[in-house]
Amino acid sequence: MAVSKKPTWTGSLNRLGRGLFVLLFNMGEIAQLYLKSFRSLFRRTLFWENTITQMESIGVRSLPLVLIISASTGMVFSLQIAKIFATFGLTSQLGQGLTLAFARELGPVLSAVIVAGRVGSAIAAEIGSMKVTEQIEALETLSTDPIDYLVAPRIIAAGLMLPILVIFADFIGIIGGIAVAVSYANIAPTDFIDGILTWVTFWDFAGGIIKAVFFGLVIAGIGTYWGLRTENGAVGVGKATTESVVTASIIIFVLNYFLSILLYNL
Amino acid sequence: MVPSPRMWWRAGEGLHAGEKMNIISLYNIGYRVGGQTILDGLDLEFEKGESFVIMGRSGCGKSTLLRLIIGLIRPTSGWIEVDGRNTLNLSPQEWQAVRYQMGMVFQSAALFDSMTIYDNVAFGLRRKNLRDSEIRERVFEALKIVGLEPATALKMPSDLSGGMKKRTAIARAIAFKPPILLYDEPTTGLDPIMSDTINELIRDLQRNLGVTSIVVTHDIMSALKVADRIGLLSEGRLVELATRSELDRDRHPKLAQFMKGYSF
Repeated sequence: MAVSKKPTWTGSLNRLGRGLFVLLFNMGEIAQLYLKSFRSLFRRTLFWENTITQMESIGVRSLPLVLIISASTGMVFSLQIAKIFATFGLTSQLGQGLTLAFARELGPVLSAVIVAGRVGSAIAAEIGSMKVTEQIEALETLSTDPIDYLVAPRIIAAGLMLPILVIFADFIGIIGGIAVAVSYANIAPTDFIDGILTWVTFWDFAGGIIKAVFFGLVIAGIGTYWGLRTENGAVGVGKATTESVVTASIIIFVLNYFLSILLYNL
Repeated sequence: MVPSPRMWWRAGEGLHAGEKMNIISLYNIGYRVGGQTILDGLDLEFEKGESFVIMGRSGCGKSTLLRLIIGLIRPTSGWIEVDGRNTLNLSPQEWQAVRYQMGMVFQSAALFDSMTIYDNVAFGLRRKNLRDSEIRERVFEALKIVGLEPATALKMPSDLSGGMKKRTAIARAIAFKPPILLYDEPTTGLDPIMSDTINELIRDLQRNLGVTSIVVTHDIMSALKVADRIGLLSEGRLVELATRSELDRDRHPKLAQFMKGYSF
């Protein structure tokens, strides 16, 4: 009969220490990826052709999904609260509430999670499969730094394109909200827009766009990191893909909390 | 007029810089990873223009040795000289220059699967900022040397057979005319006829173009076909070394044991 081991303090501390060490090690590795990528940008060794391709893949091709989900979220948001606001005569506050929610939180976070699922996983899978088929090493033997060729273009492209996606997400989400507020709760569009112009500032939008830059860097950085760590063939590629989406999503939500405090003096 | 392969190569830049006989020298090379010793105090010299075959059981450090030579990994002890230049403390830029002296053919061919065959072969040339016309000329000449039709250039790697992939990988490695070629298990996964074709190609490149070839394999037929010298690696050390012509059962018992059953 198997004897179950009783957990001990030292055993738990060992596991905790090991876990912390792995976490710090991973963070160090990811930080190095960012440093090397920015060095690649400033030393002009970055492959611009690949960067533009990635901007199309990350930005343009994610746009339809971002538009659909943002419009839907704006509409549902309005649907849920428009009548309540109208009942209490707070029609202009609906515009304020929806716009603040989109500009500060929903726009950047929704776009980031969509891109993490669509692009972060693709980055990890593509680089992961290149790793297990020795293509990354082949790049190096052909005097090409994988950071310049693969990693930096993705990180730079994501950092540039996610803010643009957020601008579209904010716009379409608010439009969706107005459409439902007007048609479903009979709120006058002027009330809605008046609320936005009175209570929402430029900084509310700018803060969300700044968040998006960080989220873009996180998505591509985590995707390339897990891709470069891939081992053990197809199983490893699958694991890297899953890990990249899970890790990036967690970091996005945690980072969003702290960025909100920092950017909006909460 | 398209130059003959011999002219095309020998006339090109990137040939051996010095007249030193040893083009690559390994001094007391050790490589440890994850608490495991892969290579342990390895001393080995590769002569200019020779074909050197490294044999040994799976996991004995053969492929690691190639990766150390081309700088994909760093030795944990010892140093490597390429054409008389110590590579131990080279900057990434200096490594790029050293790598242009070497071409590597990977076990899996490692073709870039998102690119056509043309782009695969042209990849290294584009890094050298050559003119498009020169790149085109070199790509088709490299494909010709390895026996691939020009029409192959438009295909994707997934459209090719295993043997054609290996040949493309060789074309990519020779396109920028390196004086040293490293082959990692070049015949693995190929049928005997295709293996023989690849062996002939390795031999032709070495004989006709004067390329130094370092071939890692556990394919005995391949080793006997391409080798000028054969080294046997075991437990991270070179345990036996013989020239192809001297290979003898009594003088090289470990190599003989490895090649058990084959009469040489």
